Amino acid sequence: MNAVATVVHAVDVTPWEMPTLDYRLLAPVLIVLGAGVVSVLFEAFLPRGVRRPVQLTLVFVTLIAALVAVINLNGVRETAGQGALAIDGPGLILQGAVVVIAILGALLMAERGLDPNGDAFAARASSLPGSEDERQFTARGYFQTEIWAFFLFAVGGMMLFPIANDLLMMFVALEVMSLPLYLLAGMARRRRLLSQEAALKYFVLGAFASAFFLYGAALLYGFSGSISFGEIAASLGSKTGETALILIAIGLVVAGVLFKIGAAPFHQWVPDVYQGAPTPVTGFMAAAVKIAAFGALLRLLYVALGGMRWDWTPMLWVISILTMFVGAILALTQSDIKRMIAYSSIAQAGFILLGVVAVSAKGLEGAIFYLIAYAFTTIGVFAIISMVRDENGEATHLSKWAGLGRQSPVIATLFTIFMLALTGIPLTSGFIGKFAVFSAAYASGDKWLVIAAVVASLIAAFFYMRVVVLMFFTEPNEETAIVAIPSIFTTIALAAAATVTVLLGVVPQPLLDLIANAGVFIR
Amino acid sequence: MNPSNYVILSALLFGIGALGVLVRRNAIVVFMSVELMLNAANLAFVAFARMNGNLDGQVVAFFVMVVAAAEVVVGLAIIVQIFRSRRSASIDEPNLLKY
Repeated sequence: MNAVATVVHAVDVTPWEMPTLDYRLLAPVLIVLGAGVVSVLFEAFLPRGVRRPVQLTLVFVTLIAALVAVINLNGVRETAGQGALAIDGPGLILQGAVVVIAILGALLMAERGLDPNGDAFAARASSLPGSEDERQFTARGYFQTEIWAFFLFAVGGMMLFPIANDLLMMFVALEVMSLPLYLLAGMARRRRLLSQEAALKYFVLGAFASAFFLYGAALLYGFSGSISFGEIAASLGSKTGETALILIAIGLVVAGVLFKIGAAPFHQWVPDVYQGAPTPVTGFMAAAVKIAAFGALLRLLYVALGGMRWDWTPMLWVISILTMFVGAILALTQSDIKRMIAYSSIAQAGFILLGVVAVSAKGLEGAIFYLIAYAFTTIGVFAIISMVRDENGEATHLSKWAGLGRQSPVIATLFTIFMLALTGIPLTSGFIGKFAVFSAAYASGDKWLVIAAVVASLIAAFFYMRVVVLMFFTEPNEETAIVAIPSIFTTIALAAAATVTVLLGVVPQPLLDLIANAGVFIR
Repeated sequence: MNPSNYVILSALLFGIGALGVLVRRNAIVVFMSVELMLNAANLAFVAFARMNGNLDGQVVAFFVMVVAAAEVVVGLAIIVQIFRSRRSASIDEPNLLKY
């Protein structure tokens, strides 16, 4: 009883201050999350017929407004929300990248011209696959417009993730980002059993991983007495002893974030979810989640755990090497293009981890550049995958891509550009990105890591080039898929992705300067 | 009572939850095990809040409860949908996606 009284007293004496919120600094996130709420209200009160145009207008206006709000904060370097959020150069660049990728992702999700029945989403996600209900809903031309509310909330979470500056905000952002994505993954129009299975796997493993993150956060809080990154860093510097506890805490927290990135050995969900989810969602998720989660990982490791770098760099060394080799080697054996690109994205995560392991300003810059380059390329890849079809929907089996270059030279050429960029061939964005992270890792003395990464890149080049050879140097046969003519939405997204991929390879300097001028994370 | 006992209890609960996720086959039970892990983290946060003498940990516990409730909504929707299309809630049965 006595002890309780002491604790209560100790809390009482701290003077209570009115918390302040700077709405200008929070504007980008508030715009998107606010629009998410409005989108839910639209679903509740608007008649079915007008929902799609209204929701689409809302989504694009919101994303452009959020982009303007991010650009408007250019040069800001302070914390907001009582230190819970850090608005600084790298954070704003990552936020801006998430918004731009979200615009491209929304364009892909809005596409209606590819499938004869409508968009890529089930007419009613609640109807049973193959049932009479489903057939009737499809025949009546129903659409699931709730996807736009999910989409906006997911984007809001992704924008919050890289600027989260305490453990609680990071956990909430992680969940706000993930929960809508679990649902979106299960809503495909075709191959619905696969899609539902993907959603189940993504959800169970995702929830498992966030529980690890949370328990690690609890241990970090127990050690340092605060959930704010700055104070955790300070107490890691001053307190000694209890090393075992703090190492377990770091391991758990980092594992939770590495899961979202899809780094081995936390990568098992990636191929299943990428294959099962509707292709536009896969493209958006592959690109934007990676930006957001790497941003969060970088801030967590550099700001909060920077003092423990000698303890976590060996761990990330191993994970980085494991990730790139698991991704590159397993991608060799795939016969499904979506699954192959999923393994390729695991390998790419391993390369980006090189920038993280470097623990330097150069590493941070390289990782951010690589993330942006990778995101645009990936969106383009999935845009093309959604266009290559046969009578059963998307033709994802690699054998159906044989001879595609003879039938649709333009699309095959664009796909080749993306493959070259993922391989890291000069004059594409992938080369500059790889060069940036490899040289940063080399400068930090990780010579063997760079050599391993080069070997993994060579292995990866084999399966990227295999698709190119398949498209251009194989005769078309009756199995070969046809390329559907997309509407303006996918065309814009594809054109933007291809343009950025080439432009960042030819004139990367403006973006490199922008990232370099953004400086490092605020402490 | 010494608050560090609660931390040990929370570690035990977390371990039981993690074990449950790994060995149980029914999706609902797996899901309950995940909730047990989240609540173990909550207990740890509250116990550490007491040991550290500040309220941050208790505030976190409230947020985690809200997030866990949202997770239930999403998770049950997915599990019910799987159950309806397969007449089974086993997480081993959906096995179309592999290798």
